[in-house]
Amino acid sequence: MEVLSQMMQLLFSGLTLGAIYALIAVGFVVIYNVTGILNFAQGEFAMLGALTCISLVNMNVPLWLAIILSIVIVAAIGGIFERTALHTARKSSVTTLIIITIGVSIALRGLAILIWGTQVQTLPPFTDNTPISILDAVLLPQNIWAVGISVVILILMMYFFNYTFVGKSLTACVVNPFAARLMGINPEKMSLFAVIVSAGVGALAGTVIAPISGATYDMGMMLGIKAFVAAVIGGLTNAPAAIAGAFLIGILEAFTEGLWSSGLKDVVTFSFLLLILFVKPEGLFAKASGKRV
Amino acid sequence: MNSKSLKLIYNNSILGPIIFFVLLFCVPLVSSSNYLFSILTMVGFYALVCIGLTTLTGYAGQISLGHAAFYGIGAYSSAVLTGTYGLNPWVAIIIGAIISAVVALIVGIPTFKLKGYYLALATLGFGIIVYTLFKELSTITGGSNGFFGIPPISLFGFEFITDTSYFYLIWIFVFFAILFTRNIIHSRIGRGLRSIEGSEIAADAVGVNLMNYKLQIFVLSAIFASVSGSLLAHYVSFINPDLFVANTSIFFLIMVIMGGKGNIWGSIVGAAMYVLLDEILKHYVPMLLPNVGGQFEIVFFGILLVLTLIYMPDGLVPRFEKLISKFKKKTPTNGALQSTISANATGGDNK
Amino acid sequence: MSNKRPILSVENLTKVFGGVVAVDNVSFTVDEGEIFAVIGPNGAGKSTLFNMITGVLPSSSGNIYFQEKRLNRKKPYQIAQMGITRTFQNLEVFDNMSVIENVMTGAHITMKTNILTAGLRLPSVKKEEIKTMERAIEALEAVGISDLAYEMADRLPYGSQRLLEIARAAISNPKLILLDEPMAGLNSEESRQLVEVILKMREKGMTFLFVEHDMETVMSISDSIVVIDNGVKIGEGTPEEIYQNPQVVAAYLGDEEEEGVEAYA
Repeated sequence: MEVLSQMMQLLFSGLTLGAIYALIAVGFVVIYNVTGILNFAQGEFAMLGALTCISLVNMNVPLWLAIILSIVIVAAIGGIFERTALHTARKSSVTTLIIITIGVSIALRGLAILIWGTQVQTLPPFTDNTPISILDAVLLPQNIWAVGISVVILILMMYFFNYTFVGKSLTACVVNPFAARLMGINPEKMSLFAVIVSAGVGALAGTVIAPISGATYDMGMMLGIKAFVAAVIGGLTNAPAAIAGAFLIGILEAFTEGLWSSGLKDVVTFSFLLLILFVKPEGLFAKASGKRV
Repeated sequence: MNSKSLKLIYNNSILGPIIFFVLLFCVPLVSSSNYLFSILTMVGFYALVCIGLTTLTGYAGQISLGHAAFYGIGAYSSAVLTGTYGLNPWVAIIIGAIISAVVALIVGIPTFKLKGYYLALATLGFGIIVYTLFKELSTITGGSNGFFGIPPISLFGFEFITDTSYFYLIWIFVFFAILFTRNIIHSRIGRGLRSIEGSEIAADAVGVNLMNYKLQIFVLSAIFASVSGSLLAHYVSFINPDLFVANTSIFFLIMVIMGGKGNIWGSIVGAAMYVLLDEILKHYVPMLLPNVGGQFEIVFFGILLVLTLIYMPDGLVPRFEKLISKFKKKTPTNGALQSTISANATGGDNK
Repeated sequence: MSNKRPILSVENLTKVFGGVVAVDNVSFTVDEGEIFAVIGPNGAGKSTLFNMITGVLPSSSGNIYFQEKRLNRKKPYQIAQMGITRTFQNLEVFDNMSVIENVMTGAHITMKTNILTAGLRLPSVKKEEIKTMERAIEALEAVGISDLAYEMADRLPYGSQRLLEIARAAISNPKLILLDEPMAGLNSEESRQLVEVILKMREKGMTFLFVEHDMETVMSISDSIVVIDNGVKIGEGTPEEIYQNPQVVAAYLGDEEEEGVEAYA
């Protein structure tokens, strides 16, 4: 039973991590699909969401309202980011675009130090956090929240992209921007919209993880890079595959940490990334057709 | 046709570099500020890395977000070989460079099959793996606590300990790196590299073995980074893994891009700009906002970087060159060509 | 041209893209010193054929021989090293270099400098550079744009960029130059200039294989023509023979009535 409960425990934390990565990874995919830009500042949206939410709660704003407000605020920041940086530089080379989004993430990190300092801040759990015991493994309600919210949001996004007009317009921009323009869809607006949505979802991911691991100005970088790995495993353009990739990475990390070494978990994760890139760069779940590299 | 005509294409004059370095090496005559020389030495370390990186990124158009790994491999090779095994620092530098070259070759073969974002991610991932290994292989590297007591480097009994002496040492390396790299750029090899950025398909069609070229230049840039890291280790005598995080790689790339990719002098300008900006922001910004702790000045750094890239996508040095050539164009050397061009160029010049 | 020696033979070449046959069992032989044209309506499979010969695309079946050596599975740079160079339909000049550097890059395979000798700038390197530069100027003179040698390549007008690509392809003294729709986008004056350059080079013994849409040029300069339609070879012969081939006329008339053979009738 000992082994089984340990496995369960690791699975729980892996799923929680995976849920967070999934939310950020989907943001990557949405922006990449619409604009062709891989946004290295994506993780910072989670950081901003977490810290904004904590500040609002400290101002006695009810938690649920604080979460919503921080999503709105970060989404607005995302919009400004798209207009001022991404949109202005959209015709630059890939290298320049990478550095620009990195520059934005550096600026946002500095801004966070300016506002919140470097101390770890905490957010109370969404609900009473009495541990629940399943098969001798301990499950915290906040973990359930994390996975639950993530799953609900991801389902909503799937619905949005496949069944609503705006969502389908976004998809159309991806498939054929020229035809989309002929149909009266404005790809520029879609780009703005995509970044706003991704920023909002990223912020939500931040508020969800804050009660579990705390929040600091520099939390965005690693969250972002891990979500990246997830998105790559999913082939960068395929949201459901990126989500699967996110859970895979989360579970891989949790098990490496639990069974081997917490220090080496990054080695395992990134070796996995390199392996995928070298062997199957079109993504782990892609059908064996067309190449995109 | 005689040898002079090559000058029409490449300015291979050694005069410019010599004047620059003579002036630089005269600085100790007018100042004895240790602070100044520690700054200039830092610029030298970064410039050496960037000279290599600019051949890779600026000329061949291949991004690397993992060069801190080679900087670190050089530093740790020197630290361990001299500190633990008592080897001569010069031997350690060479062994470090060989290790870096071999690692670059092994990693490069699968990596340079990738392009664009995938290449960026793969090199980023490689950098993080190497960083984590520095941290985790603590029996060899000292782990997060760092590696203490790296002996100073010496030559013919002279120990490079003071900031001023080290300033000379590192910049002599930079001088030769500049000449060596410039010679490469102004040759068959340089054209091969640039053709990759110009058009991969056309480069392939004129017989440039793309993979071979990318690998060669990746290895060369890894060697430069490694030597720089080795020299750093002997300079500071204490290193820890945090010197070689992913952010360091990112900052190297930022220096290259800010200075002007596609220009070797851009690496020095970029490195100098970075160090200068960093010092200025560290000193003056906290005066404006005295109550905040931490490195929040990076907010300005980030904004400046984004603005530079949006409004000067070619970087500082090419921008500067354009200004100069505007003045030069007034002189009639190119006049005939100019008129031919303007007569012919009725369209298609919108780039 | 009495002693006809084959230089390039394409044998039963086929390319299938996921069930669609783009090139179907095409064979032809190019003789040394001739100007050989492959023509056909849009989407006939000309570009696919071209890409297989240059190694950009692998063939599904069939063989390509260049001077008795099999080209299949060779990479583009290896094919260049064997003596086949090419130009591009949608201009691929190195726009980060000057015109003369573009041409010197074309001489890449004829040079020996490596990264070490280049970095140390040994005397042999300098000698080789000067020699290459002189050859580059000659190549530019041959196409008539040597006055633009020191301009950045991307500042050249379209027609000059095409000539530049030919100079870049010719400087290495290849045995065969492939031209991918060389007339596309040129005005009549530029086309005439280009035709002159090609004819002059042929006189010096160069062999050309080109894919072209513009019938007028094809008919006026080619020694032999192969016509393909829907991936299948439908005709082969001299311009006169092609012009009298009913199948060819039908293919062209059916596809695009405004230009092509009709203009010749």
